[in-house]
Amino acid sequence: MANEANQIILTPKEENIIKRYEISKHKNRPTVNDYIPKIFEDFIELHGDRGYSDDKAILTGLARFNGVAVTVIGHVKGKNTNENIEANFGMPHPEGYRKALRQMQQAEKFRRAVISLIDTPGAYCGVAAEERGQGEAIARNLMEMSRLTVPVIAIITGEGASGGALGIAQANKVLMLENATYSVISAKGFASLLWKDPKREKEAIIRQKMTSEDLLGLGVIDGIIPEPPEGAHKDIVLTAAAIKAALEANIAPLLKMSPEEIYNQRYKKFRDIGFFNET
Amino acid sequence: MGEQKMLKDLFKKAKYISVPIAKRAINEMGDKDNIQDYLICAKCEKKISAEEYENLLKVCPLCSHHTRLYAPERLEYTIDGGTFEEKYNNLQTLNPLEFEGYLEKIEKLQRITGLDEAILTGFGKIGDENTGIGIMDSSFLMASMGSVVGEKLARLFEEATEKRLPVVIFTASGGARMHEGIVSLMQMAKVSAAVGRHSDAGLLYITVLTDPTTGGVTASFASLGDIILAEPGAIVGFTGRRVIEGTIGHKLPDDFQTAEFLLSHGYIDKIVPRIDMKKTLSMLLKMHMRGEG
Repeated sequence: MANEANQIILTPKEENIIKRYEISKHKNRPTVNDYIPKIFEDFIELHGDRGYSDDKAILTGLARFNGVAVTVIGHVKGKNTNENIEANFGMPHPEGYRKALRQMQQAEKFRRAVISLIDTPGAYCGVAAEERGQGEAIARNLMEMSRLTVPVIAIITGEGASGGALGIAQANKVLMLENATYSVISAKGFASLLWKDPKREKEAIIRQKMTSEDLLGLGVIDGIIPEPPEGAHKDIVLTAAAIKAALEANIAPLLKMSPEEIYNQRYKKFRDIGFFNET
Repeated sequence: MGEQKMLKDLFKKAKYISVPIAKRAINEMGDKDNIQDYLICAKCEKKISAEEYENLLKVCPLCSHHTRLYAPERLEYTIDGGTFEEKYNNLQTLNPLEFEGYLEKIEKLQRITGLDEAILTGFGKIGDENTGIGIMDSSFLMASMGSVVGEKLARLFEEATEKRLPVVIFTASGGARMHEGIVSLMQMAKVSAAVGRHSDAGLLYITVLTDPTTGGVTASFASLGDIILAEPGAIVGFTGRRVIEGTIGHKLPDDFQTAEFLLSHGYIDKIVPRIDMKKTLSMLLKMHMRGEG
């Protein structure tokens, strides 16, 4: 695909992938703070992990969804530099994952569904994050989320990168906005690690299979939520309505299941992901 | 018996890629007929006796540097002789991203290492106690976790749950296997859920963190042991040191992300020198036997 000058010639399908990627990175891409008031009623933010601090990169709280109390979790991004610095550009520290876990375990206790909105470039890479156990915090969430017997729905709204996304995304149903991305690493990171050339970012976007269509094909997500033609930022109200409709459709069957069925469905969903032959 | 023979084959093949971590040195006399069995330690760069080094299970007698081990070596040092039954070694990865050269790379590594994948899994005895065992081998694509590593681990935990046995995992990994993209990320979820199920059955899981354990493996099963041990000096973390140094723009202290650093921050239970590992594991396993110990 790449010629010597590192210029790549794209097929129309590949061009479309790049276009979607660019929409997902748009500076006006709606954030969790845009969506919450349009999808839920009576949102009350609840703070803190009870161990260290209140991570501003993950927001947690209670709200009503069509009148029923639910737990809401989401990565926070800003619309300007100050807001982004405040939210650490959506990159949580361990206490963010622990705050989310605290709320998920209360959801279990009070039998509420959990709705998790994913939008992060990854868990924060820094000294303090390592000192406070970034790996342990994400690992703990993965194991504890697998144990929940209440419905959990995750929606990737912007970018879902690496363990930082998965740490609040181990859900019964994983949905994605049409132009969102979900990947093990950023496109640039993928190109650096596998080709030792971060400039091959475009190729990495295509090869890594990080768009909603590719991920539905791989069986990693359960559904795609449509966006307005030019992207979610063109019509936030319409996008929020589409998210709400998708939530309604996906939560209804889960609410009819027993706690054990909910647990087993989530276990099996992730258990079945893998590509290998048995000889 | 067949298993025994196969393990021997593993050793034979593993020798071919034996990297000269500790180099053989000719004595200063330069007398070719009088070559003594010395090695140069890769860490302290001092001359050490090969015999002492081997007796310490590939640890430098002067600076205690723990050389990375191949999975079959670890197996020999840890599992009671003749008790290991290897399982799930019949899985062959596919190529979900259709990544160029990936399958060829796997085939080549299988040829040179004699391993089928980056983790050796099965059941055996440690100090007479039956246990599920997983040993990662960083010479196999940095023991990164793709579909096969994830599947082998999930099966190991599920079978141990069924048989009501503990599980001991020696971790060593660069993290998720980038060649499999998002599918590798999903293995973290899959294995962590299987660990949870094993734990819910009241069964013991011990992790032994060895050099290096990073990324998606740290952020999943490596951090979930009921008891977490580590080898001295092992590097364990989520984000690699160089990435963090690149972000913050200065060097980090030498002990950053070492086993000692994790111990002082409360993330592991104990640092255990390799020579004491088998005895420690055996004691811990025995203390968790129901109606005994």
